[in-house]
Amino acid sequence: MRGVNLEVADSEIHSVIGPNGAGKSTLAYLLMGLEGYEPDEGEIYFNGELITPLSITERAKRGITLGWQEPARFEGLKVRDYLSIGARRANNVSEETLCHALEMVNLSPALYLDREVSEALSGGERKRIELASIITMEPRLAILDEPDSGIDVLSLKEVITMIRHLKKNGSSVLVITHREEIAAASDRASLMCDGVVVRTGDPVEISNFFKNECKPCDMKAYTLKGE
Amino acid sequence: MDVIKLDVSDEFEAMEGALELAGGDASVFKMPHVSSLVVSGNRILSANQTEGIVLEKRSTGSGVDIELTIKKGYKIPDPVHLCFGFLPKEGLQQINVSMVAEEDSSVQLVAHCTFPNSEHVIHKMDASIVVHKNAFLKYDETHFHGEQGGVEVIPKAKVVVMEGGRYFTGLTLISGRVGLLDLDYDVEAGKDSVCELNTKVHGKGTDNIKIRERISLIGENARSVTKSRVAIADNAVAEFTGITEGHAPHAFGHVDCVEVIQGNAVACAIPIVKVDNPLAKVTHEAAIGSVDKKEVETLMARGLEESEAVDIIVKGMLM
Ligand SMILES: Nc1ncnc2c1ncn2[C@@H]1O[C@H](COP(=O)(O)OP(=O)(O)OP(=O)(O)O)[C@@H](O)[C@H]1O
Ligand SMILES: [Mg+2]
Repeated sequence: MRGVNLEVADSEIHSVIGPNGAGKSTLAYLLMGLEGYEPDEGEIYFNGELITPLSITERAKRGITLGWQEPARFEGLKVRDYLSIGARRANNVSEETLCHALEMVNLSPALYLDREVSEALSGGERKRIELASIITMEPRLAILDEPDSGIDVLSLKEVITMIRHLKKNGSSVLVITHREEIAAASDRASLMCDGVVVRTGDPVEISNFFKNECKPCDMKAYTLKGE
Repeated sequence: MDVIKLDVSDEFEAMEGALELAGGDASVFKMPHVSSLVVSGNRILSANQTEGIVLEKRSTGSGVDIELTIKKGYKIPDPVHLCFGFLPKEGLQQINVSMVAEEDSSVQLVAHCTFPNSEHVIHKMDASIVVHKNAFLKYDETHFHGEQGGVEVIPKAKVVVMEGGRYFTGLTLISGRVGLLDLDYDVEAGKDSVCELNTKVHGKGTDNIKIRERISLIGENARSVTKSRVAIADNAVAEFTGITEGHAPHAFGHVDCVEVIQGNAVACAIPIVKVDNPLAKVTHEAAIGSVDKKEVETLMARGLEESEAVDIIVKGMLM
């Protein structure tokens, strides 16, 4: 990754699009501060504070969180307890909060609260539960890596509703996606290609540019048009 | 109905206290409709048997001999509760158990073993278990140890499961220090039988854990699962040996071992699979390593410190 310049505004839904292998997930990991993803150069600021040296936990305590493209599984951990972990940061661990978060991702609390976040759940169910745990956290910045992946096409609308819900509750959302519908629902979009943020702007325009004018990893096309 | 009450109320209360301190529920030992047995050292503090159960017990020099029979056809509605404790700091407790589930019977046993003060205590259990045709026997044992690490737990079991029988057993040792655990179970599984062996152990300090579980699938269509979950930290060591032998057509066995290590702990898993019938199948999976990084990072991204995240993951695995 090199020369990435990206800003997410307050309560903004900002989508990041781009081809496979462009470095979108890597960007998400850098922002969250995962081990092995420390930048060689450059700085990350959050709310005016330099957070590059901060640990994952310290970033999370400031309200940054990450939803993985492929969520982890937790043997023996109940959905209820998993959701409570996020809710604790928001000082809002009530049965009502947990149920509401599950309803937001269209899972019935009665059926899911006491299940394990393990292999016993399907990939899509785990993905929904991960999104629910982000809702309970009431983050300042939610980084969502392909929140629609593994979720059936019919439910794309729910994912969009959930992202809008986060925004309405004061979160900024950085959403990595291959779905035009999600990009179109954002306030701004950035196109990433080969480790670089190629351009940022109106989501529909950026999507169209990516679809129609960007050849696979043809950085020259960008340089010509961008300059 | 046969209720024995010796004048051991002080000791009984002490055992109740130890059990409840460890999160157990002592009230079941006073329920007339629940079969139960409470043993402290070599003293039988209370015993209760209900219809369909024959419970013979004898105090010996260093422990007790127990013979438990579930009579033919009896389905025991409430779990049978057993409590073995040793309250002094030092000594030996030798428990010899013979359990027989007669044809078509069904029983569930819940055992609590509590050694809260042990500095040098040896708890040996030699069990012989026979599950007859179409019978069901489930035996779950939970240990509560003190923090001194001065217990040696040495359970040995020889188990025969006959045609259509089902045998499920679990050992959980996750509260307090393990000390030494040297477990050795040997199961012979007959035609159409189902066996499940579960162990969950959490070792710390200089705990030494040895688990050897052997299942021999001798009957056609016999099925087994051996599942062990071990978490060790500090300088603890653990060795798991899971032996499954498939000797009959359509016998199927699976061994599943996960060991998580932290600090200087050393874990070792030895799966031994032996199949001499071409129609039998035995599979195994063993994973040893530190706690999964993605799981830890996910919980940290929800605001937990790394150590809290590891704790939750380890606890979940041992649930
Ligand atoms: N841990 C790693 N070590 C080395 N290279 C890596 C590592 N992780 C990813 N990469 C490489 O970095 C590049 C960017 O990967 P990344 O996962 O960020 O892409 P992406 O844009 O998220 O793609 P996709 O749309 O397929 O999810 C890829 O070429 C990938 O092979
Ligand atoms: Mg990706």
